[in-house]
Amino acid sequence: MTPDFESLEDGELVCHGLTKVYSDSQGKKALDGVSLSVKARGIFSLIGMNGAGKTTLVRILATQLEPTSGDAQLRGMDVVKDAKALRERIASIPQEARSIPWMTPMQTVVSYLLWRGIPYSEGKSRAIEALAKVGIEKQRDTLNRKLSGGQRRKVMVAAVLAADSDITFLDEPTTGLDPISRKELWKSLEELSKNHFLVLTTHYLEEAEQLADTIGILDQGRLAGMGTLDQLRGLVRHQYSIRLPAGVAVPEVKDGTVTRGREGQVQILTGEEEAYRLSGELLRAGARISVSRISLDDIFFHFVGEQGGN
Amino acid sequence: MAGRLGRQVLASVLVNSVYAMKNYPVVLINTVLAPISFLVIVNFVSRGALLSQAIEGAFIMSMFSSGMGLQSDLSHLKNDFKIQDMVVSSPASPAAYVLGMALSEIVYSIPALVTLVVLMAVFVHPGAIQALELMAVMLMMFTTSVTLGFTLSTFTSDIVQSFAFSGLISTLFTTLPPVYYPITYIPLPFRYLAYLSPTTYAGEIAQSTTGLLQVSAVSVALAWVVLAAVTIIFGVIAVTKARWREV
Repeated sequence: MTPDFESLEDGELVCHGLTKVYSDSQGKKALDGVSLSVKARGIFSLIGMNGAGKTTLVRILATQLEPTSGDAQLRGMDVVKDAKALRERIASIPQEARSIPWMTPMQTVVSYLLWRGIPYSEGKSRAIEALAKVGIEKQRDTLNRKLSGGQRRKVMVAAVLAADSDITFLDEPTTGLDPISRKELWKSLEELSKNHFLVLTTHYLEEAEQLADTIGILDQGRLAGMGTLDQLRGLVRHQYSIRLPAGVAVPEVKDGTVTRGREGQVQILTGEEEAYRLSGELLRAGARISVSRISLDDIFFHFVGEQGGN
Repeated sequence: MAGRLGRQVLASVLVNSVYAMKNYPVVLINTVLAPISFLVIVNFVSRGALLSQAIEGAFIMSMFSSGMGLQSDLSHLKNDFKIQDMVVSSPASPAAYVLGMALSEIVYSIPALVTLVVLMAVFVHPGAIQALELMAVMLMMFTTSVTLGFTLSTFTSDIVQSFAFSGLISTLFTTLPPVYYPITYIPLPFRYLAYLSPTTYAGEIAQSTTGLLQVSAVSVALAWVVLAAVTIIFGVIAVTKARWREV
């Protein structure tokens, strides 16, 4: 299925045929001709399975990696030719970035700001504010090695929050965080996205659904779909999902797909009218069911399942 | 602009030496022990005859090891913490980052260097000109090893590979060559091999400057030329071949 970019043509993050082949990959394309265009504001989330190309795309956009072919511009600046100018306006947390164990959160954030050219005293006040935002103000002078994994991750997020860059790349920033910490971080990211453009990769579809203004689905190096959640829904034929527990007799579905889970639970994807008819029939038979519009999970499996053959 | 560059350099110095020394003071002992322990061994084995050469050798080893330390530190920050990627996506230039990191290695070596300066003043007592010549040699050694270290760090992909490079080069360039002892102690066929290492020329200059080795003026001049050439070559390689952004 060809993604529909019509409504997003005037975007400020633009990629044309972006392709990456790593030298040690025996010709396998980590990114395969990715073209997209998205408004550089709010949160643009990239989702996909492991090895789908999310990190490669983010690293190219964050000027850390050269593409093999194709080009990309952010706010009119080419990520290769204008890298120096672009770096004035971007900040990035790589996927496996870790805070240095022999430093404290305060020292970590202040050093990062010094690298960005921000004066020490201003850096200190920004660091205090950012560490408070991510909820580790009490640990700011504790060595990073004594913090939990989630807290160490938050230190890195605090560093880019404090940088206050126009464009921030966050590669799986909430991986390893407990659900409460993750939701706290979402608040910070939502706050930051009001005045900044965030490019966020995530494994958590719920996170993309909750935070993203625009979602890009990558599958085996290709862009399988892109748009707002509603636009992505529009690309899927069936808009409604009915879930039935195991053991319930499934009525005849005239237009839709029926998927059975490992433990016998059933999901029916169908259109509005058919969902109305089927749910009425099931309720009359006394079945306990849930009916909803399709979620990002359904959309994701639609694209990746169909195109990735999974 | 200068203020900004200064802050970027300061960041590298803080991260790679000051905070480590402040939070883990035990690291200071290691920086002193490594060059001094070899000095002590050479002194005992030679019954004090090679003490002056060993002090100069420890100085050369210390400066060269500082630069090679840069290689493993840069690699550690790049591959294990992904800090270099964060710096790449920031206004900091590779030059500012590496200059700061190089200075951090000097800061890290201050305890060793101070100890060696004191030992040199007590046992070698060089004059002002000799001291200047020694400083020039040490600076060249440091520049050579820093540029070599930076280039290697951009190619290493993990810390094991990085430590292997670092250990190998330190052994080949500081432990084996005649920096702790005169080159005349090496049997002739092997002496030519020693000249493959830039530290041999540094040792020859340092030892002849302080009267510990008798060599012709032509040999000393040649050593200076070779040392300068190696420094320039490694510098050019670092500038042209090292990779800031991955390909």
